[in-house]
Amino acid sequence: MAKKAGKQKSVTAVLVKDVKKNKGIYLMLVPVVAYFLIFHYIPMLSAQIAFKDFSIAKGIGGSPWVGLKHFKTYFGSYYFGRLIRNTLLLSLENILFGFPAPIILAILINEIQHTGFKRVVQTVTYLPHFISVVIVCALLRNFFAVDGLINQILGTKINFFMDSHAFRPLYIGSGIWQEIGWGSIVYLSAITSIDSQLYEAAAIDGAGRFKRILYITLPCLATTITVMFIMRVGKMMTVGADKVLLMYSESIYETADIISTFVYRKGLLESNFSYSAAVDLVNSVVNCVLLVGANKLCKKLDGNGLW
Amino acid sequence: MGRHKIKIFDVVNTAIMLTLMLVAVYPFVYVVFASFSDPWELVKHKGFLWKPLGFTIEGYTSVFKNRSILTGYITTLINLFGGTAINIMLTLFAAYAVSKKQFLLKKPITIMIVFTMFFNSGIIPRFLVVKELGLYDSRWAMILPTAINVFNLVIMRTAIEGLPDSLEEAAVLEGASDFDILFRIVVPLIKSTIAVLVLYYGVAHWNQWYQALMYIQTREKYPLQLVLREILIGNSIESMAAGGADSSGESMVIGEVIKYATIIVSTLPILVIYPLLQKHFVKGVMVGAVKE
Repeated sequence: MAKKAGKQKSVTAVLVKDVKKNKGIYLMLVPVVAYFLIFHYIPMLSAQIAFKDFSIAKGIGGSPWVGLKHFKTYFGSYYFGRLIRNTLLLSLENILFGFPAPIILAILINEIQHTGFKRVVQTVTYLPHFISVVIVCALLRNFFAVDGLINQILGTKINFFMDSHAFRPLYIGSGIWQEIGWGSIVYLSAITSIDSQLYEAAAIDGAGRFKRILYITLPCLATTITVMFIMRVGKMMTVGADKVLLMYSESIYETADIISTFVYRKGLLESNFSYSAAVDLVNSVVNCVLLVGANKLCKKLDGNGLW
Repeated sequence: MGRHKIKIFDVVNTAIMLTLMLVAVYPFVYVVFASFSDPWELVKHKGFLWKPLGFTIEGYTSVFKNRSILTGYITTLINLFGGTAINIMLTLFAAYAVSKKQFLLKKPITIMIVFTMFFNSGIIPRFLVVKELGLYDSRWAMILPTAINVFNLVIMRTAIEGLPDSLEEAAVLEGASDFDILFRIVVPLIKSTIAVLVLYYGVAHWNQWYQALMYIQTREKYPLQLVLREILIGNSIESMAAGGADSSGESMVIGEVIKYATIIVSTLPILVIYPLLQKHFVKGVMVGAVKE
């Protein structure tokens, strides 16, 4: 007993000593810790409303516990299957088409002989990354409108934004348009670290450009590609609501409504806080598992993870 | 033979690159031409635009007369400057603390920060906290909930950890406080990283709209992107042109040109600033790449 008390006292004493020694650090950390507590940890605790029938009048503490009611409603609802399917398909198709694109671009940019032209290509292809998603979707809606440029060229009158089959291609295509250049930077920097002697030796052996790409560039990129791929898969279920909200309408919910947009509508538009918090919580847990797994794998592969 | 092959590869590659650049830039070129075009000629036109059809600045005068675009612009600029200042200050503090060698709570604080990368509380609980704090519908709701971006924090920490320890040790021997060390020694040495993060945070504030959609209710407080969403994605364009038009058909036609002008006016700052600062933007990715 006495020993325990003594130990505790020494812990406080050590802490007090450290605070005295690192006064500045502790002062700096006050706003930082406050930020994380207020905007991350208190919300995590507030996520308990998923297990309650929350009403603003009663507050989080005063609202009654209802156990797994909202989860059961969610798992049993017609929306559950659709939301999971839409979120997963959007993500998987996005990985399938969106993931290789910047790798290919990086390899092709690396093959440009003229330094000036290379720089121009990089500058121009990085540009769309900085355009706001509102503007990107405005452009998209404009060019793919019934009387828009694309229909004018094709001589058709397709209503792309009312067609549930067109949603994913539009979402993914515009995503590639916006991010292909920016995404290539990581691979380009990995390519520049490849020993140029390898290429010279291959050239002497008579290897052409394709062979050099296939047998030198790609294998040297393998780790970077694997790590990026694993992290991308780890974020598979994290599809933000913002771009979809700008693209969808009720008539294409069949393919376009994803978990995050559903949470937004149920929670913030219909004020169905507990139910939407439950839907969100399920997603957060799944995400967390995927991310931890991905992070572990990456750390094993090259010693680098998220942190 | 070998030389011949190389040439084909280069020609094809150059062609691909040119096409790609055209695809990246043409949407903006089209919008610029369309924004200066005569609305009625634009309606009749089919296919690509390679020059403005006729010439008018009617779209632009409407945009500059529009009060909500103006207030949106001002709101966004205030959020951008105020928000970025807070972002950088807090990110510096956090990064400096977690890279400090002898500091008792280094590990718990680091874990506290890293955990938020893996587990997200979800938007509903955060919304309730924002509301509870009385931040709802205020400018602070646009700034405080995203005060620190952990990815940017990683970039900052990497830069600070890259500095030689001897610098700090020497300063401590001379009796310098942590604030002295941070602002007099560390900050000048990581200026370029800070510049990169100012750009990243700045662009994020400039482009932010979803947070505003959740937290801002009063239309007068909308940042630019939310105003843009109303004008470009919603259907308020008719009402915008209604003042100067007689029939709804005419206002629709003019509305198109106003839309194009709106896109240009709201994207111009980025289009102008970006090429000048492109080098810095890229540097940040290189630093963050390993981690991200």
